[in-house]
This record gives sequence, C-alpha cells and structure tokens, in this order.
Amino acid sequence: MKVFHPHARRVRAQGAWAGLILFVAVLLGAFFRVQVLGSSAWALRAESNRLRQLPVPAPRGTIYDRNGEIMADNVPGYAITLLPGPPDSIRATLNRMSRYLPLSEARIDALVAELRRYGTEVVVDADADFQVVSALEERRSEFPDVYIEMRPRRRYLAGVATSHVLGYVGEITADELASESFPRPRYVQGMVVGKTGIEKQYESRLQGEQGLRYVEVDARGRIVGDFSGITADPARPGEDMRLNLDLELQRYIDRIFPDSMAGAVVALDPADGGVLALYSAPSFDANALVGGVDPTFWRALNNDPLKPQYNRPVLGLYAPASTWKLASAAIALDLGVVRPDETMPVPCNGSMYWGNRLWRCHRREGHGYNNLSQAIANSCDVYFYQLGVRVGLDRMLQRATDIGFSRQCGIDLPQENKGIFPADRNFWVETPWFGYQPQEGEVLSLAIGQGPNSQTPLKMAQFYVALARDGSAPPPALAQGIELGEGWSLNLAPEHLKALRDGLRSVTSPGGTAHFAGTLEHWEVLGKTGTGQNPQSLQGLAADHAWFAAIAGPFDAAPEVVVVVLVEHGESGSRVAAPIATKTADYYLRKKHGIPQDSIQTLGEWVQTRGWPAWYRERFRGGG
Amino acid sequence: MTRLFERWAVDPGLVLAILLLSLFGIAVIYSAGVVHIPNPVSQNAWIRQSLWFVLALVIFTVLSRVPLRWIEWVAVPSYVMSVVLLAVTLVIGTGAGTAVGVKSWIRIGGFGFQPAEVAKIATILVLARLLSTRTEGPASLRDIVAPASLVVLPLALVMLQPDLGTAMAFVGILFAMLYWAGTPVALLLLVASPVAGLILSFDTVIWSWYIVGVVGFLYFYRYRLFLFESVTVVLANFAAGTISRPLWNSLKPYQQNRILVFLDPEVDPRGAGYQIIQSKVAIGSGGLLGKGFTLGTQKRFDFLPEQHTDFIFSVVGEELGFLGTALAILAFGYVLSRLIRMAQDSPDPFAGLVLLGIFGAWLVHIFVNVGMTVGLVPITGIPLPFVSYGGTFLLMSWVAVAIAVRVAHER
Repeated sequence: MKVFHPHARRVRAQGAWAGLILFVAVLLGAFFRVQVLGSSAWALRAESNRLRQLPVPAPRGTIYDRNGEIMADNVPGYAITLLPGPPDSIRATLNRMSRYLPLSEARIDALVAELRRYGTEVVVDADADFQVVSALEERRSEFPDVYIEMRPRRRYLAGVATSHVLGYVGEITADELASESFPRPRYVQGMVVGKTGIEKQYESRLQGEQGLRYVEVDARGRIVGDFSGITADPARPGEDMRLNLDLELQRYIDRIFPDSMAGAVVALDPADGGVLALYSAPSFDANALVGGVDPTFWRALNNDPLKPQYNRPVLGLYAPASTWKLASAAIALDLGVVRPDETMPVPCNGSMYWGNRLWRCHRREGHGYNNLSQAIANSCDVYFYQLGVRVGLDRMLQRATDIGFSRQCGIDLPQENKGIFPADRNFWVETPWFGYQPQEGEVLSLAIGQGPNSQTPLKMAQFYVALARDGSAPPPALAQGIELGEGWSLNLAPEHLKALRDGLRSVTSPGGTAHFAGTLEHWEVLGKTGTGQNPQSLQGLAADHAWFAAIAGPFDAAPEVVVVVLVEHGESGSRVAAPIATKTADYYLRKKHGIPQDSIQTLGEWVQTRGWPAWYRERFRGGG
Repeated sequence: MTRLFERWAVDPGLVLAILLLSLFGIAVIYSAGVVHIPNPVSQNAWIRQSLWFVLALVIFTVLSRVPLRWIEWVAVPSYVMSVVLLAVTLVIGTGAGTAVGVKSWIRIGGFGFQPAEVAKIATILVLARLLSTRTEGPASLRDIVAPASLVVLPLALVMLQPDLGTAMAFVGILFAMLYWAGTPVALLLLVASPVAGLILSFDTVIWSWYIVGVVGFLYFYRYRLFLFESVTVVLANFAAGTISRPLWNSLKPYQQNRILVFLDPEVDPRGAGYQIIQSKVAIGSGGLLGKGFTLGTQKRFDFLPEQHTDFIFSVVGEELGFLGTALAILAFGYVLSRLIRMAQDSPDPFAGLVLLGIFGAWLVHIFVNVGMTVGLVPITGIPLPFVSYGGTFLLMSWVAVAIAVRVAHER
C-alpha cells in the first residue's frame, strides 16, 4: 500500500492543489482581463450591437403669406422605413408587406437596389395610411426590420389655389442626391425635398437639419424600442418664410377663373414688384402629390391635354397682341417719332395699304383720325402700323430687346421662360420656322404685338408695372426681404408716360374697349385688352387668346396693383379676361382698404343685374 | 437543523457549495429565459430544471446511503452496460436542441437521456477498481495500457457521436486517476506529448526544437523507462507531426473555422467567430458589477448563443459582472479542493481514485466551458456542472456528488 500511504497521498494532494490553484488563477485572470481591464471597449461593442442610429426628419419651414396667413405647414404623418439587411430577407419582408400596402414588383426591385446602393435604411412609404400602419404594427413579429415613425407631412392649406406657385415636395431621387444642389451629408436618401415652385426655389432655407435618435434592436435587427441612454440629437426645423402672395387673393382668383379654361393670372404690387398672386389654370391639388403619389392620379395629371402641371404665368409664351401696343408706343415716344397729341396721316378706315399689301384693323368700320391715347383706347391697328413704320424694323428690334422683351423677369422661381423677341434681322434667317430675309413690313406686325413676339403673362405684368410707376420695374419677388437682380427701365419722359396712361385710362372710359369690364365702383382702373392669335386660332380651330392688363388704385393716387390675365382661347380680352383682372384688383384693393369684399362686380355685371349704379352717374355726370 | 443537514449531506461543506451552485444555476437559467420576445420553452426552463433538481436531491439522499460495496459491485456491470448503450446510441441516438445532427440522446417514450453521462461515472468506478488493486503506481507506458484502454473505449464511442466536449472529460478522468494512482507526472507528460507535437508541427522550426526537447528529456529520464517506450514516445511525436497536415485537411470547414476563430475570432465575425465574439461582448460589457440580474442586453436581445446551456456563464458575466464570475469560479474551486481534501483524507484507494476521477471530469467541464466563453479554449459543446440547463447532466452530476460523499465517508 505504498502509493496510498498517507504521506504519499498528501504529496499528491499538494500536487493536485497546485494544479487547482493554477486552474483558478488562469480563469480569474482571463475574466479579470475581459471584465475589468477591457470592459469599456466591450461595453461599447455591446452598445453598437443593439443601438441603431435613425434620422429624425426635420419639419420644413412654414410658408406664410403677406398677411401672416399660413400657406403651407406640416401635419403628423407616418413613414414606413426598412432597416438594412441581406437583400433576400429584405425582399421577403417587402413581399410580405405588399399584402398590406400597394407595392409593385418594380417598386420592390427599386427599393432593394436602393438598399444595396446606400446600405442605409430605405423609406418604403413616406406617407403611409393609418390603416396600413396599424396593420403592420399588429404584425410586428412578421416585420422584424420594419420601423414606423411619425414624420411631418407637408400640407398646403389653399390646395389647388397655390399649387403652381408653392410647388410641392417629394422624396429625394437618386439623381437629385447625385447633384450638387443636394450636398451630403445634409441630404440623405429618404428625405423629402422641394420639387417645384417656392418649395424648390427656397429648398435650402425651408429644409431643416435632420436629427438623430437611437433605437434598440435585437440580434435579428428587430427594433425593440427607443433608447434613452444617449441624448438624441433633435432635428432642427427649417426656416419659416413670408411671401408677398396674398392667400385669400389666390383663393379668390381660383374661384372666379372660369372652369375648364386654361390661363394665367398675375398680380403685382407696383410699389416694390412684390407678387400678390400668381395663378395658373387648370390647377391640381399639390397635397395629392406629397408623399406617395397615386399612380392613376399621376397618369391622369400628365395625360390631361390642358397640362395642369404647366405653370402658365411664368412658362407660358403667348403672342402679347394689343397689350404690347403700349411697348410700341413707348419706343416711338422715346425715339421722338410721334408726339402724343399728333394724329397719323392715314386715317383708319378699317385697313391700310403698305408695301403692296392690305393691313387690316380689327374694326372693319375703322377708327378715323386718332391721336396716341385715342389709338390706345380704340386699340387701332392702323395707327400702330404707321407708328411701326416710323420706328422702323431695325430700331424696333433693337429698342425692344434693350428694354428686355427677350429676357427673364428674374422672379424667384426655379423655372421661368424668357420672352421671345428678335434681337435683329438674323432671327428670321436663322429660325427654321421662317428661314427668310425679313422685309421692313415685319415691323407692322410687331407694332401691334403679333409676329415673332411671345411673352409670358409675368413679363407683360412687369411691363405694366413699369407703366404704373415711373417707367422702371423691379423684378417680381415672391419672397419678402430678398434681393433679386436689377429691374427694368423704359427711359420714358414723364409727359410720355402720362400720355400712355391717358390712353390706358380711356380704354376703360365710356366708349373704350373695356369700359364695362374695366370700371369699378371704388377704384380707378387703367387697362388694355389683347386678342392674341395662336396656331389653332389661325387655322380656325379655336378662339384667340384673351389678354387683359389692368393698373388699378384709388382715384388721384399712385396705382396699387397691376393685374395681367391671360385666358387661352378666351376669344375676347374685354369679355373674358378683363372681368377676371378687374375683379382681382378690386378684391385686393378692397381688402387693403378695408372695404367689404362680398359685393365685387364689374360695371357690366352691375348693369345686367341691378341697372345703372348711382356711383356711375355721379362719376360720369349722368352719362351712359 | 444544522445537525440534520450535516447528517443528510454527509459532507456538509461540499454539498452546501454544490446546493448553492445548483440554486444559482436555476436563477441564471431563469434569467436566460427573460428575453424581449418571450419563448415558452426557454421561459419555463428554470421550472423544469427545478423539478430535475428536486429529483436529483432525492437520488442523492438515497445513493449517499447505500453501502460502499454495492457501489464497487455495480462498477463493472454499469461500465459494460454504458459501453453497450453508447454503441446503441450511435445507431438509434438522436440530437437535441441546436445540436440536432449529434447522436447523443436515447429516447424512450417521452423521456430521453444521454448515455455518455452515465458512462463517465461507470468509467470512473471501473477504473478506480482496476487501479486500486495495484500496490505500486504505474511506472511505465506498459502499466498505463490497461487503464487507458478502459477509458479509450467509451471515449472513442463518444467521439463518434461526435461529442468532443464529453470526450475531453474522459481524458480528464484518465489523467486525474492515473495521477492519483501514483503515475509519475513526467510519464503523464510523455503520454500527452504527441498532442503537443501535433499542435506545434504547424511551424517546422518550433516543432524541430520541440522534438529535440522531447529526445533530451527522454535521455535524462532514461533510467525510468524501457528503451522501446522511449522510442515509442519519439515515434508517436514524429507521427503526430507528420499526420498534422493531412489531419487538418480532413477536417470539415466548420471544424477548421472553429480552430481559426479561436486564434482570432475577428476573421469571421458573422460566422464561426460570432458566438465567441458575442460571448466576450456580453462578459466584457458586464464589467466589474454587471448589468444587473435579468438585465443583460446581449442576452435579452438574442445576441448570445445557447444562453441556457453551453454559454450560460456568459449570462453570469454580463449580468453579475466580474464579481459574479469570480465568486462562481471560486465556488467551483472550493468544490474541487474539497474533492482533493477528501481523497487525501480517505485511506481507501478505491475512494480516493473515485474522488479524483470526479475531480478530473469536473475540472475539464468547468475549464472548457468557462474558458470558451472568454476565448481561452476553442468552442466545444460542453455543459457547466450544476449551472447549465439539462436534466440528465444535473442528475448524473448529483449522482457523482452522492458517490463522492459515500466513498469518502466510509469508515
């Protein structure tokens, strides 16, 4: 029993003890190293294991009108976000999700591609219905990587009345993200940005700074909840903006503009060039384009022959027609080729011969001998033919170009078409449409606002602002407190300007082309009608475009509003366009001067419904 | 009350420590079930473990009172029976839980158990009987052949399941018992040397120096060994070094990965290295005092693998911190030291050998299980005695306790 002798056992027990102590020491050492010495690094990894950063969308700045009325603000909406993961499982999740919200195969492909490309979370639906959200929330375990959050949704309070000018917002596209206008890191995938209008123009001001929040996730990426341990970086809201627009005026215009007709209304404040109203018809509800767009709605919008998305006042180019006669007159006066009080040698008898061709006046019966203001009042073509001849083609081209009829107005909108006006005779040669050396006779067409002359309603409005002021016009501004480029100057002597205004005044005076539509109870209205030929009307397929430009304000005071109205195929400026223009001016002025706006009527409407008003007899000494 | 406990426990110190460890285990199993998406199976695991614990206490009470001779008598039949059962397991065995591909369970009706757990105790008993008959310790390789064969038979069968962890426990049993039987440590090292040769052969220079070292050692040790034994040791080392490359190539990719990620878990952080990384993150983030009982985030959000069984110690580390892990390690250290003390005090060779056999088995279980959670050893599926969830294992561990106190206190 030598090996199991007590002494031998004690010796071996001591050996075993030594082994045991080594064993315990190694284990304790290993745990001490990991848990005490290396703890902070491992703690960090445990955090990054279970914490995910998620962006907190910033509310866009609120857009106010000139009176402090809200035009666009934010309401709570729901966004469905998918956290990054392997493409296959993402696809499977999306396929499962398509049972509860409309997700086409193509949309799923696009989302998976987006996820692959950016490796960050993707927004499946930026503006989900509450029913969809609750359906997904009920089945949270089926949608492990799905994150539903509240995010501000844009709302346009006036809807259709302001869609063109305010524009709308939508999710940033891959192309936009790649462009320099949307620099990283401020702009990331999934953000909502301005697409058109003011929203696009002032995107960088309206857009806030995204914040960060932390959520806890489990090993499979399922979100467990918000994490309160790290202070989240709150989103910084975008800058609020105040516009020169008048929301109620926009609404009023939307109400009175004839349904089913296309056209544009521009109202400018002659004092500073501020845009009081900018309206395009037909319109659409921008609210329907925020977040996800319903495909049928989108298709209908784009297939509509009237092109509702086209912002006519700044993009539409129309022959300015008789409204441009004031420009001819201004050029002639400036050149000194006519005097305000002189009459043209050839009286108007409905037409005149020039260059072996008969040039017709719009009035077959003719206007007889006219001086400048009479010619403006009657819109006498024969007078302006002769005025044009006196100016001459080259000088006409040069002066009109100098004034700026082939420039943009410089309005603060992302898109504006410049006017088309020939800079010199080469225009006819170089333009395929013409392709010939112009004759001197082109000046006759140009002088009455026809020929190769196309202007936007906004451009014409800016021109009439110059007439309403001292011959200069600042660029039309939508936002308040911004510096736009330099304006316009017509270089007119005061007496010439007065002659032009006298002409405009007689348009709405008894016997003028727009007396009935252009006479208002409270305000003096100076105006000019226009009947613009267009390709369809020349072929007899549709009516001419109807123009009316109005300068209005209190009697014996500086004009306070300029309104230009264009109604496509509206036929007659005085019948269709003029009432819209004068009523728009009336609404604005009444509001400004505190007169109730519920009885706005043109003289014509008044006479039709209530007979001759008392104020009319008083003003025109019992005339009519 | 204290007297009563002392009479029931037979060895109050050992049994009290193990009782506390078992209760601690149930508490940690409970915590392991507290996750953000509750799962009824893991949520109620602690209740099932408690029932097994009660059953284990009953068996302990009975078994700690049977005569020692019965235990000696049952050694051979139980060894034969468990070897047969292990062979049968290879045919009709099933897997369980995450180890579905492994044939380690025998199921009869709704009841399943692991023959390998029984085989461990049977092997200890039969080896104790064999070694206790000798008056001198094994002095040469030839003396080791017979006891080694007794262990290699069940070990090989367990390896075939395959269950590397339990197989390693058999190695622990063999070496601890050979040591207690009086085998010189140098001889044990020589027996183990081919394993070192196998590992070191991956670098030719290191391996060459290692062989020189082995030959030198044998030269100084020559008066204790026969020549052919020395030659055998050297040849075995050569053989190990030679087969290392083909052996490596014959491993399945996942097995190679396990070894590679042991060396550096970050080579495959989402695959083979995932478990060890997440376990270390859990333990490391626990820090000194832990995140609090049931509050571990790694566990709660499913980052931890096998948190009821093999990686239960990671839950301890995360929620109770270094304080908890150190106390648990010290408690296990106390249990093992009690076994040594009891063996030292017991004049009966059989008793001492049984105690050291249990010591060897538990030492391997604790070291491999606890060590793998911090990356000290490669990941091997092996449970932690008294703490890991598992009925058969808890029961057989308590059977071992009963046998330990029984053999130690036979007077």
